[in-house]
Amino acid sequence: MGLFLAQAAITCFIPPVKISRLAKQIHFIGLQSMLVIVLTGSFTGMVLGLQGFYTLNRFGSEAFLGPMVALSLIKEMGPVISGLMVTGRAGSAVAAEIGIMRISDQIDALTLMGLNPFRYLIVPNLLAALIALPLLTAVFDVVGILGGYMVGVKLLGVGSGTYFGEMTNYVDFSDVLEGLYKSLSFGVIIAWICCYKGYYTGIHTGFGAEGVSRATTQAVVFSSVLILVWDYFMTSIMF
Amino acid sequence: MHQEATRARPGAGGTGGMIRIEDLHRSFDGLPVLKGVSLALDQGELLALIGRSGYGKSVLLKHIAGLLRPDSGRVLIGGEDMAGLRGRRLSRLRERLGFLFQGGALFDSMTVYENVAFPLREKTRMSEEDIRERVLEELSRVGLSGAEEKYPSQISGGMQKRAALARELISEPEIMLFDEPTTGLDPIFGHAILKLIDDLHRRLGFTGILVTHEIHKVFEVVDRVAFLHEGRIQAQGPPDEILASEDALVRQFVRGEIEGPISVE
Repeated sequence: MGLFLAQAAITCFIPPVKISRLAKQIHFIGLQSMLVIVLTGSFTGMVLGLQGFYTLNRFGSEAFLGPMVALSLIKEMGPVISGLMVTGRAGSAVAAEIGIMRISDQIDALTLMGLNPFRYLIVPNLLAALIALPLLTAVFDVVGILGGYMVGVKLLGVGSGTYFGEMTNYVDFSDVLEGLYKSLSFGVIIAWICCYKGYYTGIHTGFGAEGVSRATTQAVVFSSVLILVWDYFMTSIMF
Repeated sequence: MHQEATRARPGAGGTGGMIRIEDLHRSFDGLPVLKGVSLALDQGELLALIGRSGYGKSVLLKHIAGLLRPDSGRVLIGGEDMAGLRGRRLSRLRERLGFLFQGGALFDSMTVYENVAFPLREKTRMSEEDIRERVLEELSRVGLSGAEEKYPSQISGGMQKRAALARELISEPEIMLFDEPTTGLDPIFGHAILKLIDDLHRRLGFTGILVTHEIHKVFEVVDRVAFLHEGRIQAQGPPDEILASEDALVRQFVRGEIEGPISVE
């Protein structure tokens, strides 16, 4: 698996990059995931607003609702939940598409044309995930903060100035960078695992529709678990 | 453009000017599939590779195409050892090959036209206008004029094989490997595909290996027949010789008899 990632990474730097395929994958992984990201982001922010308000209320610290919601989203929940959502929506489809290409000999056909399957199938997905994940995470964070605002300010009566004022006091650029690094690494994990599982459908998972199904399941489960495990290690290093 | 070519003189065994397979061994999970295959083809020769299902015919084709690497032995294409090549040199050698997969292996997200144009768009600097001319010519040659804008899922199995054949032939390969091109087709379509292969072989002069179970029909179009059994080439020769063979294995297989040295269990 490490060799697979290394080969994909090296191929990224060997021109030409298939621009049309890259644009198609950015559209698929990024733009088409927007709705699910907006939905999950807004409800995550609203729940954080609700839970945060009642927890902080016990200590008389409702004023810190803004930074609490923002830091939870920017540092942790934004990258992680975006990563999990993209894994479920786009990663599974990528694994299935490449898996079907494998079992129907389309990847071998590419190879026999003297073309590098990594350049056509893996690199566009890897680059698209690297570009799309931070952008989706940013959308998730913004929508989540607005969701927290709706609940905390509009429903529960925290002051609007307090919500955003304390947020600007306590959220640093380093917190945003931490979220960015996480989302970038999750992008790599999703593209890596899902492409790998699809690419080796048949060899590792059995052939036919069942093989594709197993490859897709393994891709989603393995990517999701790895995102959470990697998140723990990144957090422990960055604190 | 291809030159008109004459067919190689039929014989009992080629000298291996174009393809030479030497003592090829390959196992999967400890199960030996190829146990010392040796075969040689001259330029322009068309060979039928026959044998029981699951006995390594497709595996042998994939070794010739360099998609699989042997445990031991060599595959030489025009004198170059496939296993010894990497990167760009391997890609260049593969460009001399065409491979018609059992299922056609058309890119299912592309139309028939895009599939056939794909090798030219990716591997040449031809203008879109020239590509269009070549694609339409190739589609007409395989009898698929009018199907350009259809997706593989919208056409029949026979048409898919024709489209796949057009995609392979557009790169003008020196060697064509056909993996069961008639499987899954009705007898009329199957016969039509074999006739098309014969016609194209006469006109284009490629060296070809045709894996098939259409024993009698394929014998009409090939120069030589090789019988793969239990991981080795058990017999080879001109079609008439194979049909008249007194070898019990060959006779049972060619005649499709249940009784004989080949167990049907």
